[in-house]
Amino acid sequence: MSVPAGIKPDIARLPRRMPGRAPAFAAALIIGLLLAFSASGYHLFQYAQVLIYMIALIGLNLLTGFNGSISLGHGAFFAIGGYGAAILMAHLSVPWWLTLPIMAGLCFIAGFGFGMPALRLEGLYLALATFALAITMPGILNYKRFDAFTGGTSGLQVDKPKVPLHLPINQDQFLFLCCLAAALVMLFIAQNLVSGRVGRAMVALRDHPVAAQTMGINSAMVKATCFGIAALYAGVAGALDAALVGFVAPDSYSVFLSLSLLVGMVVGGLGSLWGMLAGAIFIEFVPNLADSFSDMFGESAKALPWAVYGVFLIAILLLAPHGIAGALRRLVTSVRDMMAKASSRPATELPAISVGNQPAEPNHRTTQGS
Amino acid sequence: MSGDAPLLDVVGVSMRFGGIVALKDVTFSLAPEKICGLIGPNGAGKTTLFNCLSRLYDVSSGNITFAGTSLLGLRRHDIARLGIARTFQNVALFNEMSVLDNVMVGAHGLGRAGFVAAALRRRAERDEEKRIRARAESLVEEFGLDAIAHRAVGQLPFGTRKRVEMARALAMNPRLLLLDEPAAGLNHEEVEGLIAEIRAIRDRRKVAVLLVEHHMNLVMRVSDQVVALNFGRVIADGTPAHVQADAQVLKAYLGDEAA
Repeated sequence: MSVPAGIKPDIARLPRRMPGRAPAFAAALIIGLLLAFSASGYHLFQYAQVLIYMIALIGLNLLTGFNGSISLGHGAFFAIGGYGAAILMAHLSVPWWLTLPIMAGLCFIAGFGFGMPALRLEGLYLALATFALAITMPGILNYKRFDAFTGGTSGLQVDKPKVPLHLPINQDQFLFLCCLAAALVMLFIAQNLVSGRVGRAMVALRDHPVAAQTMGINSAMVKATCFGIAALYAGVAGALDAALVGFVAPDSYSVFLSLSLLVGMVVGGLGSLWGMLAGAIFIEFVPNLADSFSDMFGESAKALPWAVYGVFLIAILLLAPHGIAGALRRLVTSVRDMMAKASSRPATELPAISVGNQPAEPNHRTTQGS
Repeated sequence: MSGDAPLLDVVGVSMRFGGIVALKDVTFSLAPEKICGLIGPNGAGKTTLFNCLSRLYDVSSGNITFAGTSLLGLRRHDIARLGIARTFQNVALFNEMSVLDNVMVGAHGLGRAGFVAAALRRRAERDEEKRIRARAESLVEEFGLDAIAHRAVGQLPFGTRKRVEMARALAMNPRLLLLDEPAAGLNHEEVEGLIAEIRAIRDRRKVAVLLVEHHMNLVMRVSDQVVALNFGRVIADGTPAHVQADAQVLKAYLGDEAA
């Protein structure tokens, strides 16, 4: 079972069940706590938003990166989560934390229900069907007959969650820590999902649908469930977002949200779960960065922020075609290779002992057995 | 072959694609633990028949039963659990997954844990995962793939990928193994190895093998039974010696003058 020296483990698309994931989670928790007690309120708000995007991106990546179905309508489920939570809080006085599991369940059902028929479509056709979902959503939220519930174009205001139990932290810190906990739990669950039998089925369907079905994988069921789970993640993110912002309005859930999520996923790295943190940072901060960048050119440059955003995006995709996670992975392997080379050089100075670094091809067809 | 109840029974199967008749009234049966070669010129309908067996195609008429169960009412993903596994003509692996993971997908049907069990990592799911992994590891070892178990399959040479596919097909303990051109792309030496290997698989695993193959030497040496197809019809069915001597078979392969 040992991998011969010199062979790169090139299969990071399917994370293993490593007992070693505890350190990463511990580090994330410590960094999160440090941030919570050092950053200002506004920054904490932004960081909480990053974690919320991260949750939505993880869901989208389960669908696209792992299962190979594209969705241009992920923002619609984010909207359902946000509006659903706001309506529950504002009209039915449901406590905010209870809206998370409720919207998770509701969005799963919505996603599964949409996915079952829609996933018969493939590639571009599926992209269009999901895109239609994204386009329709603001219209539904704006719809006059629903005004009593949704608040129409002016949206719906909700009370932000209060710090419970007289904890010695302020509201910003509390909300940030809630988002941190939610993001880590959702990440943990996603890792569990992709690293076992179900995860293999998802990737198998992506890589070769017919062969996967021949192996006994129920394609329609796995794909629709996966769509439901992606929607569940978006719904949880949306509900958290409503609580964090304390306000929902149709404008927040335009097509642009869906496209941003797609951008975040690709920038972070398809098939990488931790990479979604990088993708979330991108969609949270790069638009602002582009804004301040274009401010240098004065009032006349109205459309410039998007141009700058576009340049950032193109630059990242050129420099890191497999997303930021892919670039980091390559960096780590090349550093490891260099270190391995450096440490093996003295030994290989003797003639003809360089064999150790050759990728050992198994001498197949010689082990017939029996 | 008499006495045994057939494992696979193909009865009057026809398959039409629009106006084209790919299979016409194909009838033959295969006994348990026998090796059956399916031969015929290009376009004779061999792979079409395979695709009917794995439910990729719906037959136009006729029936296919496996161990007494009709396949026609089943869905594609039910076939593996029933005990039919296959390889593909051009190798259909999951290229971005490792060798071991590919074989573990082959063992998919050995487990039943769903999304919830996986998300919460229930104990039953972990035990099941261990079982699937152990099964896949033993196959990987048996096929001499352990040195490359963790490499992505897409980077491996064609011959090695074919071995991975064979290991993956056996992961579910099938009772019938469908091999679509297992010798294609192999050199002379490798074909010799393959003959021994197919026999060894049958002897050790008590599995029946149905193989499509153009390599006549391999088919005639390894098979207990040979079925010859031409233009979608069965033109001969019997022992290798019988089929080899059949006038229609000679005609199909060599043309009119030879017959």
